[in-house]
Order: sequence, then C-alpha cells, then structure tokens
Amino acid sequence: MAAQKLSAVQKIEGIGKTAVAFVESVGNGGILVAESFYWLLFGIRERQPVRLSAVIQQMMEIGIAAIPIILMLTGTIGVMLAIQGIHTLRIFGAESRVTIGIAFSVVREFAPLITGILVAGRSGSALAARIGTMKINQEIDALKVMGINPTRFLVVPALFAMLLMVPALTLLGIFMGLFAAGLYVNADLGISLAAYAHDTIDILSLDDLGHGLGKSCIFAVLIAVIGVVNGAGVQGGAEGVGKATTRSVVQAISAIIVTDMLFAFVATRG
Amino acid sequence: MRNPQSIMEERKSRHRPPTGPTAVIEVEDLVTHYGDRMILKGVSMQVLENEIMVIMGGSGSGKSTLLRHLMALEVKTSGTMRILGKDIDRISRQEFLDVRKKLGVAFQSGALFSSMTVGENIMLPLYEHTDLDALTMEIMARMKLEVVELSGFENLMPSELSGGMIKRAAFARAIVMDPKVLFCDEPSAGLDPVVASALDDLILDMRDAMGMSIVVVTHELDSAFKIADRITILDRGDILMIGTVEEVLASKSDRVQALLNRIPEEDTMDPDEYLNRLVGEDNPGTAHL
Repeated sequence: MAAQKLSAVQKIEGIGKTAVAFVESVGNGGILVAESFYWLLFGIRERQPVRLSAVIQQMMEIGIAAIPIILMLTGTIGVMLAIQGIHTLRIFGAESRVTIGIAFSVVREFAPLITGILVAGRSGSALAARIGTMKINQEIDALKVMGINPTRFLVVPALFAMLLMVPALTLLGIFMGLFAAGLYVNADLGISLAAYAHDTIDILSLDDLGHGLGKSCIFAVLIAVIGVVNGAGVQGGAEGVGKATTRSVVQAISAIIVTDMLFAFVATRG
Repeated sequence: MRNPQSIMEERKSRHRPPTGPTAVIEVEDLVTHYGDRMILKGVSMQVLENEIMVIMGGSGSGKSTLLRHLMALEVKTSGTMRILGKDIDRISRQEFLDVRKKLGVAFQSGALFSSMTVGENIMLPLYEHTDLDALTMEIMARMKLEVVELSGFENLMPSELSGGMIKRAAFARAIVMDPKVLFCDEPSAGLDPVVASALDDLILDMRDAMGMSIVVVTHELDSAFKIADRITILDRGDILMIGTVEEVLASKSDRVQALLNRIPEEDTMDPDEYLNRLVGEDNPGTAHL
C-alpha cells in the first residue's frame, strides 16, 4: 500500500517535472527570440554587430544546399496531388476542376509543410548538434570569456537565415509543386500547360500566397528556436548530443504540424 | 610526486615574485550552490598582478567551479567579486564586456572552434573586438602562434592537431588580445610528461614576456610546484590554505599532506547527499546558452 502511494507520488512528481521543463523550454525559447531580435536591431550600438558573412554562410547551408531535395519532394507531392485529385474528381466527372484543389493544396498547405519538415530534418537537427557539441566542448564558454555573446554569434545568423530561406524555399516549392502537377495534368487530361497556368493564376490570390509564406516564417522561427534550445540543454557528452538532435527534429516537426493546423483554423475563420 | 628538493631547485631559475600588491582578482566570501548542494562555502582569495596562482584540490573540491566564477561564467549565491578593480555585480553591460576583453582562457579541451582553422580561431577575438584589417590580424595571429611554437599551423583545422598542439593553439587564442589575466583549466591533463613540462615552460614564458596574471587549475603536483607563485588549496568547497610552494610543502595540515602524498580521504559523504547524487537530484544542467 505504502509502495503504491510512493509510486503515485513519484508519477505526479514526474508529471510536474515534465510540465516545469516544458514551461522552462518555452520560456527559454521566448527569451532567445527576444534576445536575437535585440542583437539584430541593436548589435551595432552594442559594438557587436551581427556579421553578414555569418548570415550568408548559414543561408548557404540552410537554403542553397536544400534546393535539390526541396525541388524533388515538392515536385513529387505536386504529382501525387494531381493523381489523387483526378482520381477523386473522376467519380463526379469533374476531373477538369482538379486545378483548384492542386493550387490551394500546394500553395496553402503542402509546400510550406514539406519545406518546414525538410528544413527541420536537415538544418534544425544540425543546429542542435552544432550548439550541443559546442556546449560540451566548452566552446560556448570560450565565446563568453572572449566577450562574444553566443546568442549574437551563433543564434542570430541561423535564425535570420532561416527567416529568409524557409519562405524562399517554400516559394520555390510552390512553383515546383504546381509545375510538376501541371505536367501530370497535361499528360493525363490533355489540358495545356498554358491553360493550367491561367486557371491556377485565376484561382489563387495574394492572400493564398501570404498564407503559405506567413506560415513558413513561423516554421522558420520554430525550427531555429527548438534547435537552439535543445542544443543548449545538452548534457552528457556525445550521447547527449545525439538525444538532443533527435529530440529537436521530433519537436520541430510536431510543432510545425500543430502550428499548421492552428494557422489553417484561424486563417479560414477570418 | 617528485622530491621537493629537486622541485625547489628547478623553481629557482624561473620563479619570480609578483611585481606588486595590486590584486587583479579579489573574491570575498563566495558562496555558490548547484541545486540544494553548496559547492563553494565562503571562498575568499586574491590573485595579484603578474602572479601565477595555482588552484589545487581533490575531485569535487570545487576548483573548477571556482575557476568558472573567476571567469564570470557562473551566477553566485552570495559574496563579492572584483575583476581588474571592478565589482562585476555593479558594472554596466558595456563595462563588463570591457573587462571580459581583458581576460583570456585556455580550457582543458582547448575549446577551439572545429569549423574554423587554427588561424581563424586565433583571429576571432580580433575580428570581433577590433577594427584591424585582415592582414594585420593575420600577422598578429602568426606572432601569437610563434609564441606558442606553432608557426606554420595556421591553416590546419583543429582536428588535424595533436592534444598538446591543441592546447598551445588555445593558448595562442587566449593571449591574442594581450589579456591582463589568463585562466588555464588543467593545462597538462591528458598529456605525456614531456609535453606537459613544455606547456609549464610556456606558461612561465608567457607570464614573463607579457606580464599577465595567470590562474591555473590543476591536479598535477609537479606542474603546480613548477609554475606557481602561490597555491590555493581547496577542500570540499572551502579554502584549506593559500601560500607559496614552500609554505604548502612545509604545511603540517593533515589534509594538505594527504593531497600532496595522494592519500585518499575517508568517505564521509552525508547519506542524504549520496542518495541525492544517486537519483540525480543535484544535476545542475541548464538549457541556457
């Protein structure tokens, strides 16, 4: 009986600790974002400007290097949507209206989502691993003693690069998804690419594009912050870095999907 | 441990007393905790100008924590700390940054940035804190590499260096801004005796050439006796003694003699503390950068 009570107390204690850790992580993330924007805006005044070269280097790693995989996957998703759309609409004899579904799905949902998930897998994990490794190797302590603010030096370039490159990759993904879907529609239904493009432009508005790109900006912040918070929390050497990396990918993808749903809910109620 | 007489003879050729009574670091009644566990229990000490202060103690004595406090990397529970005459709790962020620019550190692992070459590592503080042009920075980096006898290694990556070379490169980065105080965490750890002795000579050379104060944390007795002007011995978060090498060697304290003669102390850990350690209650992990 006493053992059962102890076990129940331990469980409650465990839940409490997890809740506190979660709140602490969210708080750390918020502080990190605020601090990052402070350095971005006032770094020059503090005589510690954010280095453009560091931002460009991060943009290359996060954005340019990801272009092939983004093109391949968004193209595949576009074709998949076209296949499913035509298959479904054929039931009603309305397959020629497939363009509507493809356009909205690619621009508002799939391009931002796939891009976010890919960047979380590639760059969010790399950021967590990099910061975690730097922490256990005392490189972050070395930065502090040298008078170099780690947030300004490590986080701001990554966050800023994410904010620029995730929407850029999303835009690229939108074009590729629509283009690949257009090729399939052309092959399957015989609708010319010009007619397909004309229909797509007619259907879509700037709001739709803003919806997709706005979401991708939120995803960018989530990926960077989750990567950094997990990296900064590393304990226990190489194994700790591995765990933090895995955790950051899982958390970032989960956060992206949940945010996507919330964003869609809010945006469609307006 | 080597024969004390041979240590004293070797010291005679290199040892020189601090130039003056000016303290570059003053710590008073420093108390710090990790969770509920008290790590430092009211430590008071000074590091004088142009002095090599060695901090020694057994595992868990708090020497690494003390070093982190001296480098202003930890938040203390209570006490005061003045670095280069500034009370670090009462200065602005800009003043704190200015103080930090006058500190250098060579960590046990070297803590070189693995994504940068040795030369880029050394130039980083110059790049961040000065308006020097690239060529001048390169020349300065080469000069510092020459001081640590690593000339020609500036284009290598840290992963291409041996353990001793990494420590030398870390020294070069630590001294590139000509700091007033240099901190060294276990400089000889993991090195063979010859390389370790060469690093000790390097520490003495840097102090003599650059007139800086150096704080070294080590548990290598030979190394400590070779380089120290004074030694602070910590024991379970308290200062056991502060004195010159001669005073430490002549100490009648059982605890000091136990440390010098490497006699393991009896396990007197509090049962509650032991239990807490087993269940990980004292884990000081943090997710802050």
